[in-house]
Amino acid sequence: MSEILLEVSNLTKRFGENTILDGISFTIRKGEVVVLVGPSGCGKSTLLRCLNGIEDIQGGQILLDGEAVLAGSKELTQMRQKIGMVFQSYELFPHMNVLRNITIAPEKVQKRKRAEVEIEAKALLARVGLADKADSFPRELSGGQKQRVAIVRALILHPEVILFDEVTAALDPEMVREVLDVILDLAKQGKTMLIVTHEMAFARAIADRVIFLDDGHILEDSDPETFFEHPETKRAEQFLGTFRFEKR
Amino acid sequence: MPALGLEVLFKGINFQRLLLGLWTALSISLISVALSIPLGILMGILMTKKNPILRAVLRVYLDFIRIMPQLVLLFIVFFGTTSAFGWNISGELASVIVFTLWGTAEMGDLVRGALISIPKHQYESSEALGFSSAQTFLYVVLPQTVRRLIPLSINLITRMIKTTSLVLMIGVVEVLKVAQQIIEANRMSSPNAAFGVYLTVFVLYFLACWPISLLARRLEVRWQ
Repeated sequence: MSEILLEVSNLTKRFGENTILDGISFTIRKGEVVVLVGPSGCGKSTLLRCLNGIEDIQGGQILLDGEAVLAGSKELTQMRQKIGMVFQSYELFPHMNVLRNITIAPEKVQKRKRAEVEIEAKALLARVGLADKADSFPRELSGGQKQRVAIVRALILHPEVILFDEVTAALDPEMVREVLDVILDLAKQGKTMLIVTHEMAFARAIADRVIFLDDGHILEDSDPETFFEHPETKRAEQFLGTFRFEKR
Repeated sequence: MPALGLEVLFKGINFQRLLLGLWTALSISLISVALSIPLGILMGILMTKKNPILRAVLRVYLDFIRIMPQLVLLFIVFFGTTSAFGWNISGELASVIVFTLWGTAEMGDLVRGALISIPKHQYESSEALGFSSAQTFLYVVLPQTVRRLIPLSINLITRMIKTTSLVLMIGVVEVLKVAQQIIEANRMSSPNAAFGVYLTVFVLYFLACWPISLLARRLEVRWQ
């Protein structure tokens, strides 16, 4: 087995009196694709936001390559370059064209040469089927195209792990496919990813492991076969039942 | 066609005096604008801070300036400071003070509005890319804020130019005051001059403000 990349132990997140995440522990190894599923409001998105230091945590720790991710710490901007994140609402910068959206972070944060970054950006855009959109502005793109640009924007920083936060939830069904194909392609390249999604067929196809989160606790952490066919807990079975339709 | 009395404009240096009056009005507003923009940006940034005392103070200031008619503010600063503190400030200086106080308040509110209209997610996605908060402000927040702000602040500038017509009430000889003087001086020879002279003033204001409005509209379309 490959080395451990991300280690989360006993993570606790509270908003005031509300405990959102209650003692979460799990690990992700290099090259693993882990899918995080669970009902709405179970804390999936909050967990991803904690992993990237957007939310501070009230207990436990997050280690990436053995180094702590700590909201508000000095090293956080360094750590964040190793953790890519793609949001549900794309969040491209509307005042920059596609190419600039992609190149600004490597240029300003990682201090790489603009010319070199642009070559890589164009290659990545071609890889996601958007070679002709480099000069377009985000408002001229469809949702699926914007999301693919957002994925390239995360990729170009060469993160060690990429977090996907319900990246297809805001898309039309036809566009879901084009985005999921890009993520499948990344899995084939051996990228380490943690994916929050409601697309169960996709989860099953891409996951090396599935984590089921409910009410701030991890109820299941198993391979997709086991999770989708023989979930251990009643809660998971119930949850999976909501995706099945039968004519009565 | 009734006589407009336009001939009075060409008596002596009358037209030149009108232009000089316009220049007085424009310079009062432009100096005030130049002071209001940096002060307003500072005020707008401070208004988005969490400190409740700071916010309350700035809120009261903004509301006070908004509620008071500009004319009353001019009287307070020009006559009020003389009777209260014995200061003898010129009408021009009093005008610049009032217009700067007003411009700063309005500009501050525009900046505040533009800053809070940037969605929280823009900050988050920027930070997720590894930007520091200073870089986030510089590359992501500021350019978007300025784009939203420029059409609005140009609108404010034209309002300030128009409102300078009030400063004649504290003895500043600006374009409207010159117009009155010309009309008064020629009451006997050209009793109809009022219409023509005021029409000229209208055209002068229009020529001063219209290009600015056009510019605002063009920027608005371009940056939508």
